[in-house]
Amino acid sequence: MVDVIVFAISAVIILGGAIGVIALPNPVHAALSLIATFFGVAVLFIQAEAHFLALVQVVVYAGAIVVLFLFVIMLLGVDRAQELGVEPLAGQRVAGVAVGALLLTLVVGGLFLSGGGDFEGNTAITGQSGQVVPTQDGEEDVVQLARDLFTRQLLTFEATGILLTVATVGAVVLVRNRGAEDLVLDEPGTAQG
Amino acid sequence: MTGQPYLLDVDWGDVLQAIITAAISFGVLLVSVMLMVWFERKVVSRLQNRIGPNQAGPFGLLQTLFDGTKLFFKEDLIPERADRFVFKLAPYLSLVPAFLMFSIIPVAGDFSDGKDGSVTIGGEKMFFQLIDPPVGILFFLAMSALGVYGIMLAGWSSGSKYPLLGSVRASAQVISYEAALGLALASVLLVTGTLSTNGIVQAQAGGITSWAIVTTGFVPFVIFVIAGTAELNRPPFDLVEAEQEIVGGFHTEYSSIRFALFFLAEFMNVVTMSAIFVTLFLGGPAPLWNHPQFFIPGALWGFIWFFAKLLIFLFMFVWFRATLPRLRYDQLMDLGWKLLIPLALGWLLVLTGIRVAQDNNVGITDNAVGDTIIMLVIGLAILALGGALLGAAIRNAKNESGGVALPSSGQMQVVED
Repeated sequence: MVDVIVFAISAVIILGGAIGVIALPNPVHAALSLIATFFGVAVLFIQAEAHFLALVQVVVYAGAIVVLFLFVIMLLGVDRAQELGVEPLAGQRVAGVAVGALLLTLVVGGLFLSGGGDFEGNTAITGQSGQVVPTQDGEEDVVQLARDLFTRQLLTFEATGILLTVATVGAVVLVRNRGAEDLVLDEPGTAQG
Repeated sequence: MTGQPYLLDVDWGDVLQAIITAAISFGVLLVSVMLMVWFERKVVSRLQNRIGPNQAGPFGLLQTLFDGTKLFFKEDLIPERADRFVFKLAPYLSLVPAFLMFSIIPVAGDFSDGKDGSVTIGGEKMFFQLIDPPVGILFFLAMSALGVYGIMLAGWSSGSKYPLLGSVRASAQVISYEAALGLALASVLLVTGTLSTNGIVQAQAGGITSWAIVTTGFVPFVIFVIAGTAELNRPPFDLVEAEQEIVGGFHTEYSSIRFALFFLAEFMNVVTMSAIFVTLFLGGPAPLWNHPQFFIPGALWGFIWFFAKLLIFLFMFVWFRATLPRLRYDQLMDLGWKLLIPLALGWLLVLTGIRVAQDNNVGITDNAVGDTIIMLVIGLAILALGGALLGAAIRNAKNESGGVALPSSGQMQVVED
C-alpha cells in the first residue's frame, strides 16, 4: 500500500517536472523542473532498494549537472523567457509527436505482449528471462555494486577512466592554446615569453 | 546497520516515532543555532577587543531570539523585477538541505568496548541519530551539493546585479571545492571501510589512535576542513557575500523573515559541518581514551565527548572569521584546483597503497609492518614527484603565455605595462 502511495507521488513529481522542462518559457524554471524530475526518480530508486544509485542521481545530476546548467544560463544571460510559439525547425512539432506516439505504442505493446513481466524470472519486455540481482544476506547494494565494478567490470571501468582523462586533457589543450594566441595578438609588446 | 526501516512495511507506531524524533532533532538544531549565533558574536567581539551582546538575558544569551523576533515583524520587501515564485522558494531550498544534513549525525551513544551506540527504550533499539541510511555519508555530499541552489536561485531571482554576481561566484566556488571535499572523504571511507555514519564512528571507537585524523595521516583532515569552510562560504572564503565588493551578495534584496531564514540556514550549516568534521575525523561520540564511566550512563558520556569536540570546530570557524583576510578570486581557484584536488587525489593513492600492503603481505619484508613502512615511503616519494611535476607544469604554463596564464593576473599585467 505504502509502495503504491510513494510511487504515485513520485510519478506525479516526475511527470510534472518533465512537462515543466519543455513547457516553461523561462530556462531557469525549466532547470528547476528538471531537478524535481531527478528527485522523483531518486525516490523511485530508493523504493527499489537501489540506495547508491539514488544518491548518485542526486549528487551528480541534481547536484552537479543542473548547477552547471544554471551557471551557464546565468553567466551568458540567456535567462529571458523564450517565445515558445516559434519552431526553430520546420515540422519539428509534428515529428516530435509522431516519434513520441511511436515510442508509447512500443512500450504499451511490449507490456501487453509480455503479459506484464512480474520480475520473478518470467519473460520481461525484452523477451529475455528477467531476474532480480540476488541479494546476499544483509549485503548492501553499494557493496555489491563495488565488487562487480572492481572485479568483473574492471576493464570497462578503467577504459571509462582513460576516456574521461583524454576528454579533459583535450578540452584543456583546445581552450588553452587559443587563449594564449589571443593574448599574444592583443599585446604585441609582451609577446613571446 | 540501518536504524529505521524504510517505507516498505510501515506500521504507524514507527511513523509516529519518526515524526517525534525528527521534531526533537529539529528543535535541538534550532536551539544550537541560536546559541551558535550568540557564541560567534561573543567570541568575535572578544577577539576584536569588544564586549559583544550583554543586555538581553544572562550574558546576552537571548540576543538571537530578540533579533529573530525583530526580523519577523519587519516589512517583507520583494523587488519589482524579482521572479516572485523563485524568490520566495529560495530561502527554503537553503534551509531544508541544512537540516537534512544534520539528520545523519550520531550525536550521542556509548561506543566503548565495541558497543554500537544504541540504547533500548521500551524494548525498541534506537540510535542517537535521525536516520542511518546505507549510503550514509554520501547523503551529506548530496545535501551539500543541493544547498547551493538556495544561494544561486536567491541571487538570480532578485533581478538585481550584485545578487547575481554573488550567486555566480557561489556556484563556481561550490563546484570547485566539492571535488576536494569528496576526495578527502574517500580517504576516511577507505580507512573505516563503511559508508554508514554509525559504522564510521564504530571504526574509530578505540581511543585517539584509531581516530581517522590519525589513521588517514592528517592530510585529508586539513583538506576537508579547508574545503568544508569553502562549501560553507565562511570567511576566508566568503566571496559570495563579500560586503566590500558586492554589497551582501545573494541576500542583498532579502529582508524580514526570508533574510532570517538564510541566516538560520547559514548557521545551521556551520553547526552541521562541524559535526561532520567530528564524525568523520574525531570519532564522533567515541571517547578520547577508554575511560571508566562514572555517575552517568555511557550514552550521555558520548554526548559530552561529541559536544566537546564540536566546540573546537565551532570556535575554529569563529577564529577563522576574526583572523583571516578574504581570498582573491584567482587565489580561491588556484587553491582549490591546483593544490587541494591534486593533493587529495595523491594522498588517496598513498593510502590505497598502504591499505593493499596491509591486506595482503606484499612480500618485500617478512612482516606487514615493514611492508606498510616501505609502501608509505614509496607512496610519499611518488606524491612528492607528482607535486613537483604539477608545480613545474603550472610554472611552465605561466611562462609560456608570457606570465598571463590567469585571466585576472593577465589584466594586472596589462595595467602595469
